[in-house]
Amino acid sequence: MLLGAGPFGLITGVSAVGAGMHPFDIVLMSGLVFAGASQLAAISLMASGAAVWAILLTVAMVNLRHVMYSLALAPWLQRYGVLSRLLVSFLMVDHSFAVAILKYPRAGDDYPRVAYAVGIGVPMWLTWVATTAAGAVLGAQLPAEWQLDFAVPLLFLALLVPAVTTRPLLVAAVVAGALALALAGLPYNLGLVVGSLAGIAAGAASESLTARQGRRVGA
Amino acid sequence: MSRPEVWLVIVLAALVTLAERGSFLLGKGDAPLPPVLKRTLKFVPAAVFAAIALPALTQPSGVAVGPVDARLLAGAVAGVVAWRTRNVTLTFVVGMVSLWLLGWAVG
Repeated sequence: MLLGAGPFGLITGVSAVGAGMHPFDIVLMSGLVFAGASQLAAISLMASGAAVWAILLTVAMVNLRHVMYSLALAPWLQRYGVLSRLLVSFLMVDHSFAVAILKYPRAGDDYPRVAYAVGIGVPMWLTWVATTAAGAVLGAQLPAEWQLDFAVPLLFLALLVPAVTTRPLLVAAVVAGALALALAGLPYNLGLVVGSLAGIAAGAASESLTARQGRRVGA
Repeated sequence: MSRPEVWLVIVLAALVTLAERGSFLLGKGDAPLPPVLKRTLKFVPAAVFAAIALPALTQPSGVAVGPVDARLLAGAVAGVVAWRTRNVTLTFVVGMVSLWLLGWAVG
């Protein structure tokens, strides 16, 4: 998920204000959370009156890929102090991870790895906060008839479609979407949590089923 | 949700996200990823995004085109654009403009 940070930040700012968030709050959120898709999920859930724990669980799920990034980068940064690693952790997004994990194995042992990560992360953070702020200011000027709250589901659609590249991923998306839709009436946005977990399980099951069939055909 | 509640969500969401980013970076660097996480991680974006997008796209807006809600139609058009172009900005623009045009044509 390599998103152009500029337009994505702008749209996030506009849609946050469209969903009823105070312009300052969305800028604060961009500065502290610095993870676009999870911010949009939280914005949409806050607007629908979800429980705090349901919002946090959703944020944790959307950002789960960072655990994978953290694992991959960890061996390269062991010689640095905790504060340096905390800074790299805070600034790590899809794009900065992708370039760092390509760079470190090619560079020498004395390469300034933290400086490299921070040199990419800080401009990305500044861009993200600035474009969200610009979007929030713009969004506050736009009339309510423009229905900018529709921007949030649109963005998730735009993230969802390219993420579905294989049949097991399609199974995961269909099961999660259908169940979340069927359970939309449940309190605390439980439908989202249950739907997501069921979708993940269905995707994993579909994949292991396909792998087993593949082995049988191969044998 | 009141503004202090929003701030609480922001601070806690920031801590959750930092905990995930730092999960292995702040440790000793030799811990293996639990196998169950490895198997399921790649399904998370597709499942979570679908579970967020579908109920939100099908929420009635009050403007209907025949039996179909304008938001659902605009969402379907945007879905085709997302599928053909994989461009986030274009999907957003086409979806919003479709919704406005449908509202203007019907309303």
